Amino acid sequence: MPLQHKDLISIRDLSPDEITLILDTAVSMKEVSTRDIKKVPTLRGKTVINLFFEPSTRTRTSFEIAGKRLSADVVNISASTSSVVKGETLEDTGRNLQAMNPDLLVMRHANPGAPKMLADLLPTPVLNAGDGAHEHPTQALLDAFTIRERKEQLQGLTVTIVGDITHSRVARSNIYLLQKMGARVIVSGPRTMVPLFIEELGVSFIPDIREAVKEADVIMMLRIQMERQHESLFPSIREYARFFGLNRNVLQKAKRDVLIMHPGPVNRGVEISPDILNTPYTIILDQVTNGVAVRMALMYLYIGR
Amino acid sequence: MAEQRLILDKQDIDRTLNRISHEIWERNRGAENFVFIGIRRRGVTIAERLAKKLKEFEQVSIPVGALDINLYRDDLSEIASQPVLKETEIPFSVQDRKVILCDDVLYTGRTIRAALDCIVDLGRPQSIRLAVLIDRGERELPIQPNYIGKNISVSRGELVEVLLEEDDGIDKVIITQGV
Repeated sequence: MPLQHKDLISIRDLSPDEITLILDTAVSMKEVSTRDIKKVPTLRGKTVINLFFEPSTRTRTSFEIAGKRLSADVVNISASTSSVVKGETLEDTGRNLQAMNPDLLVMRHANPGAPKMLADLLPTPVLNAGDGAHEHPTQALLDAFTIRERKEQLQGLTVTIVGDITHSRVARSNIYLLQKMGARVIVSGPRTMVPLFIEELGVSFIPDIREAVKEADVIMMLRIQMERQHESLFPSIREYARFFGLNRNVLQKAKRDVLIMHPGPVNRGVEISPDILNTPYTIILDQVTNGVAVRMALMYLYIGR
Repeated sequence: MAEQRLILDKQDIDRTLNRISHEIWERNRGAENFVFIGIRRRGVTIAERLAKKLKEFEQVSIPVGALDINLYRDDLSEIASQPVLKETEIPFSVQDRKVILCDDVLYTGRTIRAALDCIVDLGRPQSIRLAVLIDRGERELPIQPNYIGKNISVSRGELVEVLLEEDDGIDKVIITQGV
C-alpha cells in the first residue's frame, strides 16, 4: 500500500493505515542504526535538500543523518546563509532549487502554510519539518513510534499534553495523530495558552496539572517558546514552573508506569525539574534516537521508488 | 484458477531438508562456528527447519538470523508496488563465522546479490554458502548455490511457488502459469 499524497504537510494527510505503515517501516530502519556500518544503499543517487528557515539542531541533524544512512546526498540550506537575505522570494527559491532536480525537500519555516505553498508549486515531494504554529508531523510520528515501542499500541492510551498548546505545532500534530490512532488526549496549561474552543478537537482541558496527569499513560511536556512570546501570557517563568512544571510532587499523582516526553530543547527547571530528567520515566532521548528511524522510513516511503 | 503442477509435497520437502542438513554436516565435518541466515520470509523458515534438524541429528545448536533485503534491492524503481519492510534480525555477530544463507527459490540471483551486500555490511564472515530448496535456473548474475534441494527447469512465464506450513499453512512446491 503506497502513501496517497505526494507530500507530508499535515498529519491530516495520513490515514491510520498509512501511519501504521510508517511506524512499522521505522522498526526496520531502527535496526540499521544499530549496526557497525550504519548505512544501506537504498536511496543511492537521490538528492535531499534540507531547507531550514528557522533555527534547529535536532530536526535538521535528524533529517540529515536519516538521509545519509540511506545513502542519499543531503544538502543543507539555512535562511541566514541563503539568497533569502538578498530578498529572494520563497517561490523563486523553490523554483531555483527545483531546477537542480532534487528528489525531496524537507522544509521548516516560521510561517504556517509555507511548506504547503512550495508543495503545491513544485513536483518534488515536500516534508514539513515544522511550519510556524501549524504542524510538525514528523515529530508526532516519532512520538507515536516511541510510545508504541513502550506501550505496544496507541489505541486506548491516555496522553496528557502540558504547556503552550496554542502556539505549539507539536501539540497540534500530536492531537491529530493520537486521536486518529484511538488514543485519548487531555491538555493542560495556563488558560491564556490553551485555545478557547479546544474541546471542539475532541480533547479535554484540565487546567490543574495534578489532575491532568492522574489518568495519563504518557505526559508530553511542551517547550515554553520564548521566541514566540510577543505578549505576556503568564506573569513570570518562576510562576509558570511552579504551576505547570513537572516535578516530583506532580509525578506522584500519576500512574507508576507513566512515560514523560518532551520534543526538546528542554528549558531545565521550567517545564521539567532537573531531578526528573534522569529518571527511567523520561524517554526524551529515545525520542531523538527514534526520530532518525522515523525520518528514514518517511524518506523510503516518499522517494524510495 | 490457473493450472498447477505439483513439484514437491510435504514428505518430499521434509526428505529434501533432511538431506541438505546431512550434507552440511558431512561436507564440513561438523558445524562448528556455523550460523544460518534466512532471507525473509520463507528463507527464514527453511533456515529454522535446517537448524532444528541438525539439533535433532547431531545435537548442535546453530543460531538463526532473518534478513530483509529490500533496502538493498537494485530494482526499487522498476517494481510495481513498493515492498513493505520487515525487520532484519540477526542477534549475533557474523564476524569470522561460517554463514549459510538460505532461501526458498533461486532464480535470477539478484536477491542473493542483495543479501550478500547486506551481510558484508554487518561484518566479515569467514565464508558464506548458499542453500536453496529450489533452483529454477535462468541466472542473471554469476551466483551458484552450494546446497540444492531440487533443480527444476521452467519457462520464464511460469511461477514457482514454495508454500510452507509456518507461513502458508501447507507444505508444497507448485508451478503455476504466471499472469
